[in-house]
Amino acid sequence: MTGQGRLAAWGIGLAALVALPFLYRDPYHLHILVLILIWSFAYTSWSMMGRFGLVSLGHGGFMGIGAYVTALLWNHLGLTPWIGIPIGMVAAGALALIVGYPCFRFRITGHYFVLVTLALSGIVLQVITATRDYTGGSLGYTPDRASGNRLLALQFDDKTTWYLIALAVWLFGIVVWHWVDRSMARYALEAISEDEDAAAAAGVDVTAEKLKITLLSALMTALAGAIYCQYQMFITPDTVSGIAVSLQMVFAAIVGGLFVSLGPTVGAIITIMLAESLRIGFGTKAVGWDNLVYGLLLVLFIIFLPKGILGSLLDRLKKPQRKVTRAHEQEAVEIARPGA
Amino acid sequence: MQAFLDVFDIYLLEAVINGILLGGVLALLALGLNLIFGVIDVTWICYAELVMIGMYGMYFLVQYYGLSYFVAAPLTILLVAVLGAALHYLVIAPLLTAPPINQLLATGGVLFVLQSFATVAFGIDFRNLGIRLPVLAFGDMNFSYARLLSFGAALVGMVAVYLFMTRTFTGTAIRAISQDRQIMALMGVDTRRIYLITSALGGALAGLAACLLVLLYDVHPFVGLSFGPITFLICVLGGLGNFIGGFIAAFVFAEIISLGGLFSDLEWGYVLAFAFFIVMMFIRPAGLLARRR
Repeated sequence: MTGQGRLAAWGIGLAALVALPFLYRDPYHLHILVLILIWSFAYTSWSMMGRFGLVSLGHGGFMGIGAYVTALLWNHLGLTPWIGIPIGMVAAGALALIVGYPCFRFRITGHYFVLVTLALSGIVLQVITATRDYTGGSLGYTPDRASGNRLLALQFDDKTTWYLIALAVWLFGIVVWHWVDRSMARYALEAISEDEDAAAAAGVDVTAEKLKITLLSALMTALAGAIYCQYQMFITPDTVSGIAVSLQMVFAAIVGGLFVSLGPTVGAIITIMLAESLRIGFGTKAVGWDNLVYGLLLVLFIIFLPKGILGSLLDRLKKPQRKVTRAHEQEAVEIARPGA
Repeated sequence: MQAFLDVFDIYLLEAVINGILLGGVLALLALGLNLIFGVIDVTWICYAELVMIGMYGMYFLVQYYGLSYFVAAPLTILLVAVLGAALHYLVIAPLLTAPPINQLLATGGVLFVLQSFATVAFGIDFRNLGIRLPVLAFGDMNFSYARLLSFGAALVGMVAVYLFMTRTFTGTAIRAISQDRQIMALMGVDTRRIYLITSALGGALAGLAACLLVLLYDVHPFVGLSFGPITFLICVLGGLGNFIGGFIAAFVFAEIISLGGLFSDLEWGYVLAFAFFIVMMFIRPAGLLARRR
């Protein structure tokens, strides 16, 4: 596709998406669409790091912080989410920097990075559960209903409004993805994911580049958590934080395709549609079946289609099959130990 | 002496000893995971779920088929060993040349599969063996026999693995492969067979841990999440693949959880353990016992 054609396709697609809720008003289907858009945004945020070999299982933690900080500030201090969400994002970003800086500085990569971030989401989950006097623990938490201005409280009963908000947030995520894709940072990060030492020797500030993308990714994930909280008006530690949520992000991004901008969105569509159709088809008997299918798909995809559905499709469509794939798509970096 | 006892009051001592007993089982879990990592260079994220399946195996063998505990235990160990070998054969073997992250995530998928399989097949009820072991009173302190038994069995299991690794030809081959995986194939060792044996051995250790944990905890599909993450952290803290480091780290973690739980809620014990882990990662990124080169 030429540049103009691609732009036109995006424009038409967007116009159709914006027009949709005004033509078609089934609340259930709109609800599913809103969920897909919000989770797509979260998965896109994860994939911004994941595509450069920075596999984080800590994003459940960032999402939980975004959701809980916003809700707690609203309930306890009466602070509007318009201020609460940025505070939640800053909190998640600060945590990302606190954990990320030593990780990158001391060259914690590969398995070790995955497990450190796993500990991070474990901590956030346990802290939310342990401070049950404020957060309701594992029973969940509900932001108070606004008595006055709905806009100020960011609470709307109308599905169309939420659809448009979610669409805007999702679009923002895609735009940021493309912005990173076109920036110098992308080349720096690809170099880092292939060989950290060589990248550093070529003048790339490894720690700074990794920190920037981690911060961006954490901020966006926290925003996704806050928006999810405002939309659902009910959060539990297990739905917005913890290892299961982190794995779910990884899973969706990989199924859809890590290396294309719409990959995580395709992943979100597939996972949420799958869960919903199983739920409708089997009712309460379906408890557990959706995860069974997820898990099987995840294993099969990693073995047979590591680039994901959309990634593999796009590869097929591109006429000149590029034989040499970029090394970071095939091989992760060896674990580098400090002083080695 | 009395002053000493006043400072270390009886609950503290009890918590310390309970921590040591818990450490035994954690060390057993960490040993299995370390073995897999050291030899095959793969992290089984789903390791705790294998233990969970083993616990269900024990539950059904004892409760439904009426087998005695000591007959059911070897069967369970065998079952989980077969599961471990199957996991290697079906999931890890096709991915051996793939990036390590992919192997990690594939076993993450297996985690989902095992968890939801248990949910679908056994439901989400909490089940227990119904074996109530007596409590040993020592001074003012109480220790359950279940903890003592599992500590003892864990130690025996670890010694058995140690002897296997040092005294048998296969064990020597396993240790050799963990040192240099390329050269051993040239020395006439069938690496695929060794990998399969190691996976079965790792599974068997998970099975043994399951037999012991089922005495201490109720079984439910998500029980793996309560000790799975801790096991990984122990292995990383000890240095992935480093058996002795893992052993020490298991006791350090068990003490932190036990003492943290004494002063506050059990969750704070876990929070402390996680936080300790992150701090330690920055001080000793390659594990507790890593030599500074």
